[in-house]
Amino acid sequence: MSNLVFEGAKGHDHGHDHAHDHHDAGEMKIFGFWIYLMTDCILFASIFAAYAVLVNNVAGGPSGHDIFELPYVLAETACLLLSSITYGFAMLAMHKGNKAGVLGWLFVTFLFGLGFIGMEINEFHMLISEGYGPNRSGFLSAFFTLVGTHGVHVTSGLIWMAVMMYQVQKHGLTPGNATRLSMLSLFWHFLDVVWICVFTVVYLMGTI
Amino acid sequence: MKSYMIGFVLSIILTAIPFGLVMVPTLSKVATLWIVLVFAVVQVLVHLVYFLHLDRSAAQRNNVVAFAFAGLVIFLLVGLSVWIMFSIHTAMMAH
Repeated sequence: MSNLVFEGAKGHDHGHDHAHDHHDAGEMKIFGFWIYLMTDCILFASIFAAYAVLVNNVAGGPSGHDIFELPYVLAETACLLLSSITYGFAMLAMHKGNKAGVLGWLFVTFLFGLGFIGMEINEFHMLISEGYGPNRSGFLSAFFTLVGTHGVHVTSGLIWMAVMMYQVQKHGLTPGNATRLSMLSLFWHFLDVVWICVFTVVYLMGTI
Repeated sequence: MKSYMIGFVLSIILTAIPFGLVMVPTLSKVATLWIVLVFAVVQVLVHLVYFLHLDRSAAQRNNVVAFAFAGLVIFLLVGLSVWIMFSIHTAMMAH
């Protein structure tokens, strides 16, 4: 917030030169965010490795075959994929300077994301109430850690999106907000990429 | 717009086929497993190109290099962890 005010004031003093500087600074921030996402990839890779090692340790409890419901997972996948494309539409509206379009598509994206998280929480609730919580077996510990970590990321993305809707509503499509929306775009599409790995490795390979 | 729509349609196809093959088993388990894995890799690439806009342009070079390095780290991390742990498992079963 203070950063935005600072950038705004500076832009007023230096005019065109600053706009160019800002563009470079924005590009650099987006690249920095990309580097963060790469480290996040490595975090997920560690959890995937742990899952792969523990997947057969069911300790007499259920295996993936017994507890996964693919139509439900397909609906979750659809929510996340649709939210990816609607965020893309928000970015296209941003490049056209269409503030109402950005806010509208962000809201639609937010709803799809919320739908995904709602379904995931419901799935966890059902499993835990049947006695298949993370304390049941090594497999379930790894399952809840992997899927839960992805869910926490999506939840963070939703909070960030809500903040961005407020910022765009209040300040409009400033260069600062454009940089932030570009970074959230990377984050959101990245989470969809991680979900492809999750539904493949956990749900599909667990059911085959 | 075009880029997102291409990515979206490809993603739907690349998601529907593996889910369909697992939900209605038509092929052998091994064949299904390979198809599911290959489709996942292709879909990740589709997302990288059409949604994250990674390409061979100069503007994207640093991003692509960072991604390639992360890919190497992920390969070593997952590949070697799984190799080591399953070797230990096999060695312990032998005794």
